[in-house]
Amino acid sequence: MIAEAGLAALWLAAGLAGYQLVLMLLALRSDVEVVRPMRAVAVAQGVLTLVAFAMLLLVFANSDMSVKLVFENSNSAKPFVYKVAGAWGNHEGSMLMWVTILAVAGAFLALLSRRTSERTLVAALGSQAVLALGFYAFLLIASNPFARLFPAPPDGQGLNPLLQDPGLAFHPPTLYLGYVGLSVAFSLAVGALLTGEVDSRLARAMRPWVLAAWVLLTLGITAGSYWAYYELGWGGYWFWDPVENASLMPWLAATALLHSINVLAARGALKAWTMMLAVIAFSMSMVGTFLVRSGILTSVHAFAIDPERGTFLLALLAIYVGAAFILFALRGATLKEGAPFELVSRETGLVINNLLLSVILGIVFLGTLYPLFVEAISGEKLSVGAPYFNSVAGPLALLLAVLVGVGPLLSWRRQGRPVLRLLRAPALLATSALVITIILAPAIGILPRLGFTVAAFLASASILPLVGRNPLRAPLATWGMVVAHFGIAVALVGMAANGAFTSERLAIAEPGETLTVGPWLLQLKDVTPTAGKNFTALEAELRAARGEEIITLNPQTHYYSDPVTETNESSIRTFWNGQLYTVLGRADPSGGWQLRLWWKPFVTLIWAGGALIAFGGALALLGRVLRRRRRREPDWRERYI
Amino acid sequence: MSRGLRLIPIILLLWLVVGLAWRLVRPGDTAVPSQMVERTVPQFALAPGVAGKPGLGAADLATGQPRLLNVFASWCVPCVTEVRVLGELKRRGVRIDGIAVRDTPEALTAFLARNGDPYERIGADPQSETQIAFGSSGVPETFVIDGKGVIRRQYIGALKPSNIPGVLRELEQLR
Repeated sequence: MIAEAGLAALWLAAGLAGYQLVLMLLALRSDVEVVRPMRAVAVAQGVLTLVAFAMLLLVFANSDMSVKLVFENSNSAKPFVYKVAGAWGNHEGSMLMWVTILAVAGAFLALLSRRTSERTLVAALGSQAVLALGFYAFLLIASNPFARLFPAPPDGQGLNPLLQDPGLAFHPPTLYLGYVGLSVAFSLAVGALLTGEVDSRLARAMRPWVLAAWVLLTLGITAGSYWAYYELGWGGYWFWDPVENASLMPWLAATALLHSINVLAARGALKAWTMMLAVIAFSMSMVGTFLVRSGILTSVHAFAIDPERGTFLLALLAIYVGAAFILFALRGATLKEGAPFELVSRETGLVINNLLLSVILGIVFLGTLYPLFVEAISGEKLSVGAPYFNSVAGPLALLLAVLVGVGPLLSWRRQGRPVLRLLRAPALLATSALVITIILAPAIGILPRLGFTVAAFLASASILPLVGRNPLRAPLATWGMVVAHFGIAVALVGMAANGAFTSERLAIAEPGETLTVGPWLLQLKDVTPTAGKNFTALEAELRAARGEEIITLNPQTHYYSDPVTETNESSIRTFWNGQLYTVLGRADPSGGWQLRLWWKPFVTLIWAGGALIAFGGALALLGRVLRRRRRREPDWRERYI
Repeated sequence: MSRGLRLIPIILLLWLVVGLAWRLVRPGDTAVPSQMVERTVPQFALAPGVAGKPGLGAADLATGQPRLLNVFASWCVPCVTEVRVLGELKRRGVRIDGIAVRDTPEALTAFLARNGDPYERIGADPQSETQIAFGSSGVPETFVIDGKGVIRRQYIGALKPSNIPGVLRELEQLR
């Protein structure tokens, strides 16, 4: 009965979404007062999707094998956590999770929004309901998560050990929350375009949603990058894989949006551009979901393409994004641009920031989709890899990082004081960093050298907004900006150090042999077989010494029999100044063992920087929400006096 | 902003959607053709895959007679149906060698006992190295090799009964 209850809740939620659409049309046609029923229905819709999702969790937790999805993706022998996580570790479940987040975000918008005008709120909630409606149709028509099997099979098929990983269980929900958080920005933009109320009030209402989505996307990408780093065993932190790019593109758009929204909120300028970005950010989320879910980018004997699901998602994408673009084309011209600004001003800085981010987004977009189109036209197969992205997007990203240091120092409208004087100290630090790397490390590549230089500049310039005032009295949002910008510098140092100073050793060693990598002297003691719960393994014992310090590392290779898979479990040791990364390869016919060893100085700064960036975003979000509270208080008291 | 400028996103979106839709409707071939077709087989020497049958090397493929080289594995499901088609080809006088990818002697022996054994020689390729040297990206794949050891054709995916006349004709022409 649980599955049927979930399905019923899903149908009811879809019905309510349809009702919201009707309410929106009524409100836009005539001036009927619908905001109260609209809010109530949006909340009810959110609650119903939560019920449906809870029912799905329940059938997975109970291992109810009569539900087809459970049978295909779970097994009664799985650990409990992975049973529950299995609910969204598959196509149907993840789409249900997507629509649940969408509807719950709509419910929160209905409950919390005090800033937008009622007309815009009604239009935005209607837009959110239309988004959800498409996904309800998708679930109910093409991928019902609650379908039954009769007779119920004795046990399920989902025992793939590789999918039993905390990273895989919790990484997708984080990214989904980020993706779908951007849907609220999309709906608010569509609502405001419909009512014509694109103003700073709207920007302030939209900002917390964009910030929250952006923080989650940043966390998701950072965590995904670290997962790939330790799990894949090749020591890389970013592979420009289409699936990675699918999460990077919404992030880039959201980053641009985050900054242009501030111009709109503070100065009432960049109206059309900000609305466009809000539409594009969510479009990129949908493109990303489409690319991953339809399977058209995973190639070579891997996943079967499911044309029905892919077509459905693509149709939704075309309808939603197309409708928003057409609305934009019709209404964009009626938007009056706000206050003017001079050439040297914070507005200009943010416009350049947006242009650079958009160009980088274009580069990633083109690189990700280019192979598909080339093959469609000429039949030639090619892949676009790291060299393209690094050499095209890398210099632009460095230029952007320089401007990140300058922008926050400019004042709105026009910059009175010469800003260059403020930047003396950062410029000096950057120059010394450049000179030091030339003297101490003459052989490193141009990108890492520039990376160090820019990082030194940015690290010092980013804290200038706190200098010359009492830092404790600076608004939390300013602190958030400083922390996030400083985080970029930190991540940049990590990337530059990793690019410049990584020592790599690929060797075949016999037990007893010693190898050097970076400052470390390693001895392969022995390789011994061990057994795990559902795999057999070979484990190496490595002694590593640096000066007085001696440590032991145990990289393993796991062999799974069902399905036949082999995974390298790297052994990584973190020090304050870097990571020692060891991987055990195969036995060599000569009697030795293949070993892959890396010494990666300061590589952890990459993810520490990512975490700082996300933390800065969270601080800014907190600052905005708290300030809103404080500001609202007087109205609140007025009512009672 | 001029109207033309505001239409650009719509045009870009149309282009994207049409491109992706085309790709969905015609998933095209995810098959990767080998660059080795029309070239001499790469140098290799593989140990026997099962006891009692010789291994396989480059020299075994240039015997003056055209033959088939089948890249397969006991863990590969389509290979089960394909090996019966290969059995039929063998009955019609085709000489077939196999490269067993990432396999074990026990699993191979069981596979051949259950499904029939059309192979003259089976080389074990535990790390897919020879498979990659042939430009093969998955299992099963079948190469048509002429008497001089030149790869003349590559079949990606399992051979089906409907392929039998074509394969026989090709081998006849190479003779």
